[in-house]
Amino acid sequence: MRSRLRRAAREWLPAALVFVAGIAIWEGAVRGFGIENFLLPAPWDIIGTLVDDWGELSSAAFFTFREALAGFVIGCSAGFLVAAAIARFRLLRTAIMPYAIAAGAIPIIAFAPITNNWFGVTGMSSKIAIAAILCFFPMLVNTMKGLTSVPASSIELMRSYAASELTIFRRVRVPTSLPYVFAGLKVGTVLAMIGAIVGDYFGGSPGALGVEIRRWVGIFAFDQAWAGIVLASALGIVFYGSVAVAERLAMGWHPSVRGARPE
Amino acid sequence: MAYAASATARPPLLDRERTRNAAASVGLFLAVLIALWALWEGFKAFGESTGLRLGQFEANDRTMPHIHDIVSTLFEPSRRNGPLLIDVLWDAALFTAKEAAVGFTLGALIGFVLGALLAHFVLLQRGFLPYIVASQTIPILAVAPMVVVWVNPRLPPGLKDWGAVAVISAYLTFFPVAINTLRGLTSVDPRALELMRSYAAGSWKVLWKLRVPAALPFIFAALKIAAPASVVGAIIGELPASIQNGLGGAILNFNQYYVTAPTRLWATNLIAALLGISFFLVVLLAERLAVRRAPEHVA
Amino acid sequence: MSEQAVVSLRNVTKSFGAGGVTALQSIDLDVRPGEFVSLIGPSGCGKSTLLRVVGDLVEPSSGEVIVNGKSARQARRDRDYGIVFQDAVLYDWRTVEKNIALPLELLGWDKGRQTERVRELLELVELQGFGSHRPWQLSGGMQQRVSIARALSFAPALLLMDEPFGALDEMTRERLNSELLRIWQASGSTVIFVTHSISEAVFLSTRTVVMSRRPGRIAAIVDVDLAQPRNADTREEPRFFELVTEVRDRLREGGLDEESTAPGEGELVVSEETP
Repeated sequence: MRSRLRRAAREWLPAALVFVAGIAIWEGAVRGFGIENFLLPAPWDIIGTLVDDWGELSSAAFFTFREALAGFVIGCSAGFLVAAAIARFRLLRTAIMPYAIAAGAIPIIAFAPITNNWFGVTGMSSKIAIAAILCFFPMLVNTMKGLTSVPASSIELMRSYAASELTIFRRVRVPTSLPYVFAGLKVGTVLAMIGAIVGDYFGGSPGALGVEIRRWVGIFAFDQAWAGIVLASALGIVFYGSVAVAERLAMGWHPSVRGARPE
Repeated sequence: MAYAASATARPPLLDRERTRNAAASVGLFLAVLIALWALWEGFKAFGESTGLRLGQFEANDRTMPHIHDIVSTLFEPSRRNGPLLIDVLWDAALFTAKEAAVGFTLGALIGFVLGALLAHFVLLQRGFLPYIVASQTIPILAVAPMVVVWVNPRLPPGLKDWGAVAVISAYLTFFPVAINTLRGLTSVDPRALELMRSYAAGSWKVLWKLRVPAALPFIFAALKIAAPASVVGAIIGELPASIQNGLGGAILNFNQYYVTAPTRLWATNLIAALLGISFFLVVLLAERLAVRRAPEHVA
Repeated sequence: MSEQAVVSLRNVTKSFGAGGVTALQSIDLDVRPGEFVSLIGPSGCGKSTLLRVVGDLVEPSSGEVIVNGKSARQARRDRDYGIVFQDAVLYDWRTVEKNIALPLELLGWDKGRQTERVRELLELVELQGFGSHRPWQLSGGMQQRVSIARALSFAPALLLMDEPFGALDEMTRERLNSELLRIWQASGSTVIFVTHSISEAVFLSTRTVVMSRRPGRIAAIVDVDLAQPRNADTREEPRFFELVTEVRDRLREGGLDEESTAPGEGELVVSEETP
């Protein structure tokens, strides 16, 4: 028990120290060197703003988070389903994969103004759409890689039991693909948040975080703007963290989870 | 085992076969392009004839311009008596490419050094890795104006404005490189390490002769993500920095005229897409030249 | 004889690809119930392919394959055989018990029967107490025993083994050889066993099929008349050494001496060899 505590301390203490030191240096630098408050307000001021304006800030942040979450769910499910549908067909796979990879190299975010024009500037659906498109391609590519990276002997074993394609899919391909699928999901959380906020930038409903941050910067309310940024990052971390936790729960059996850490 | 051999080893290709394979991939490429074009035009025609509505979306010439209109708009004047749109976008693409290339180089270098430091000092890794991951959740678009204001005064005149955008681009680039460098440098086969130890090689020698070559596939995997990301960073960075000369500026500009001339925004996005893909292809080419490894076996 | 044979191969030929290598040529072989038949030969002689032809995992180019009196395909559909690969092929996401129970789940056994059967099998392969472990917590030898238990779980009449002990150290291999013989005798099943170890083939089998390569065909069949049950002392018997020598000689005649000049496996596909 004690050794476990000690190990946990050794693991997390450096990160905690860096956090405290970072905040202290930040606070000290802002106060000591008189950094203009619009560039970087002191942490204490940001916390104060978070407390004072919690209502306005949190409703804006959750509005944007809902856009990101909806886009994430739609984009990732679509990516998984399409991958599952075409992974079985070799020709379709070889035809589509290069395009899916190329699509990953396209600055899709630049299409945010177009989805705004498609689904309405002020509504949530245009931001959901761009977030979904951003999540779709990495999810498609990752799932496809996972579903097709099954060792040949695993498939042979199932075939020796005369297992159907569906059984092989459920019992071998899906479990094998999980690490890849979760990698896609984790990338998706970050992309969905970026999509929602950038979508807001090109015009969104009042009350969306991206719109509000722009407005705050416009009226020189930098404490609010920075509080909004901090809140968005915190939501992003929670979003990413929940997927990481789900990963641990879903694949406790996997080497990456069972603690085979590179030293 | 004949079975294993036939499953994994590829027979040497004859010239005739190679030509046939190349022809087949070109054919497939064209087939997919045609299929995408048909899908677009087919959906548009279907939507227009049935009056299909998805929320506020409605298929028409504004939401879904004809592909040939998008392409032909490139060769029309961008404004009355102005230069052709393709010339305007070409200059904008070069400008953004410059920002992205500088940002990519900067970000890749920082990422590599950071990854190497974290790989070497476990304590640093424990202290900083969580924050490096967390850094990516900061909405860079929101921070970009501050970055521009902070960086610009410190830049020599030649780097003004676009140098600040390059910094934003570097911010999106360094992360995958740092993470994969760390993974690559620490994923060395322990037996290979033992071999180096048997030669009494110093840690610097081990780094350059063993760890870096072993990490190269990881690093290139990251660079392939980072190169298009640097283009995204450059485009996003131009928006709040109010820089007009690049693709980001062009997107903001043509977005304002979308209702009357939607094809221009589409054409701009087409060029942006090509820029992202070229960055990806350059890294892919560099990887082909730098990394010679066994082909991956995939079932 | 072919009437009662568990496996009956008639003029089986297999070539890969369009005009590629001939992996197997005109194979005729009958395996009787309760026999332990080893297939031995140099790398690239097609012994693994032959095993997969019997299991309907590879389709022969021509010839007839009868397993348990029906086509190989029907036999696979009826789950007439269990298979063990060189790698244990255990699923990391399943416990040892769940890995052993995999075929039983696919056969639709009820839970109680599965648990009971898995307990018996863990005892048979001497892994009591490891049921709830994960595969990666076991040594290579233990993993292979799990894989054997899985193959035996639904008591198939035929067991196909593809160099199951090839990746293990000599001592583990000898111990598992003895265990396999015990299990074979206890279960009364028929075994086809691919190996490239001469002593392993002689120690285990009732008949050893010596194969030659390019193209893969049967060079000789050596009857192994060592007394049953066999144990560590068997390996010291003069007859054991005689048989090892005989198999070695047959392998040589079958073209093993080509080994030194033969190209590696990766270069197997050579167009001049096209018939």
